[in-house]
Amino acid sequence: MIELDGLTKRYGEKVAVDHLTFAVRPGIVTGFLGPNGAGKSTTMRMILGLDRPTAGDVRIDGTHYDRLKDPLTYIGALLDAKAVHGGRSAWNHLLCLAQSNGIPERRVAEVLETVGLTAVARKKAKGFSYGMGQRLGIAAALLGDPRILMFDEPVNGLDPEGIHWIRNLMKSLAAEGRTVFVSSHLMSEMALTADHLVVIGQGRLLADTSMADFIRTNSRSYVRIRSPQPERLLDVLHQAGITVVEAGGGALEVEGGKAEQIGELAARYGLVLHELSPRQASLEEAFMRLTAEAVEYHAQAGPGPVPQDWGAGWKGV
Amino acid sequence: MSTHQPPMPQAPAAAPDWQAAPGGPYPGYTSPIPVVRTHLGHALASEWTKIRSVRSTMWTIGVFVLLVVGIGLLTGALVEANSDSTSLSGENPLSFGFFGLLLGSICIITLGVLTTASEYGTGMIRTTMTACPSRARVLAAKSIVFFALAFVVTLVTSGFVAMVHASLLGNTGARTPTGGDWFKATVGISLYMALLGLLSLLIGSVIRHSAGAITIMIGVLLAPLVLALFMVTESLDKLRQWLFEYSIPNQLSVFYANSLTESGPSGWDPLWIMIGVTAAVYAGAYALLQNRDV
Repeated sequence: MIELDGLTKRYGEKVAVDHLTFAVRPGIVTGFLGPNGAGKSTTMRMILGLDRPTAGDVRIDGTHYDRLKDPLTYIGALLDAKAVHGGRSAWNHLLCLAQSNGIPERRVAEVLETVGLTAVARKKAKGFSYGMGQRLGIAAALLGDPRILMFDEPVNGLDPEGIHWIRNLMKSLAAEGRTVFVSSHLMSEMALTADHLVVIGQGRLLADTSMADFIRTNSRSYVRIRSPQPERLLDVLHQAGITVVEAGGGALEVEGGKAEQIGELAARYGLVLHELSPRQASLEEAFMRLTAEAVEYHAQAGPGPVPQDWGAGWKGV
Repeated sequence: MSTHQPPMPQAPAAAPDWQAAPGGPYPGYTSPIPVVRTHLGHALASEWTKIRSVRSTMWTIGVFVLLVVGIGLLTGALVEANSDSTSLSGENPLSFGFFGLLLGSICIITLGVLTTASEYGTGMIRTTMTACPSRARVLAAKSIVFFALAFVVTLVTSGFVAMVHASLLGNTGARTPTGGDWFKATVGISLYMALLGLLSLLIGSVIRHSAGAITIMIGVLLAPLVLALFMVTESLDKLRQWLFEYSIPNQLSVFYANSLTESGPSGWDPLWIMIGVTAAVYAGAYALLQNRDV
């Protein structure tokens, strides 16, 4: 259980985290979602006592992080896979962490086995690939067999096999009754792993909802139509009491699932249709709508609040 | 959409289903690993593992031993070869250990700085502070482990060189070193060197950048002496004298009672000076560590 209460961090004039209040509960995977620069990492650093909050409070099972005597057995975190000394072997890296928390040395071998790094345990961390570094970071998080796990963008830079492994790992950790808090800027990733969703933008809380609710409220279905006779089609649909929106590029969109009705109307009035396709707006689009106002670093490609190509690669949720 | 405090149906009071679950107010997974109340000893074990498991420690200590023993033996042999039975009459034969230690101090400075600053360079410091949220304990553990290591290594090497010199220079007219001479040339100098390294460790923690901190410490080591060398005008004479007397090389030489000057620090003064400076910098480093974000 992680509880944030009005957590705020200012760097000079700039507000990185703005009065965040929410709780991360045990037994489920909670996704922490926001565009780049939304304040996710800063929030996680404050949870771990690395950054001091300007205002507000954050508690781990009711205690401030810096009051925990053996923090690694409460909370394991992967903040930054590069937070290791490259000259030290994986074994010694984990050993020094285990010793500082009084964790038995056998756990080092166990977590190396869990993440699949046993073969390179005595190799220096600087020779590790990004994926291996990520696995070492996860081994460190699991070292104390903690009740709470926190991962900052864990799938970044991993191959599909690694991504699949992390998803299953997070789900199984939550199924054991642990609190799992994982950040991402990819809605598609969260849709596959998270049960609960906390969305922030420019440091402010935008949503704190269950994944199921988020999908119910935000997945919009519509019918996309293209016709060489758009004016006549518009008249026909209007007479039938169907609201049509022009979607650009000669396409029209109708809210709801009325594809059959529209097809029958077109046939009755002898209209040619080039396209009649029922569509589902992706969660990624819902997320982008939600955070559109709060995106800090816009690409300079398009006008409008969200550039046309922003996140174009993710729409297949 | 951007309300600061949206309704929170999951607030603790409103969720009695899991609030009442076994395991106190914070249910969830319970680990089979026994819970340990950690103390400074755990942090010391951790820091010892860290310092012995990186190659830079082996390198700096290796070069240190090589310099102190190598230069010590060379100096001893040279002096012995060019002396007759009276050339060193009444002198302390242990004082020739000075040159090796002066050069070796650069290794101690480097190791001290790397103990803290390399964690900032690699990002390891965030892992360290997550594992041990008490920053006071981290700084204390690093300081103790490093100080002990630097002290023992210096004591062994300077002791070895002193023994060689005492036996090698026995028939050059040098006096037999007193117990006090022995103590200062081994334990005294080792305490001083370990403190110099600890000062570097603290500067590393303040500057958080290896190259920057090493440069500063080498400047502290050598600059006063070099500046004093070129202060030829009479109006700067007092400053020149002060820089000479309180430069670290001259303070080192006081442990062998062959100071560059007649006035200035003598006896155990250099040790007290170094303890004072290190304590002040420790307080500053601690205050900064406590207040800065990692």
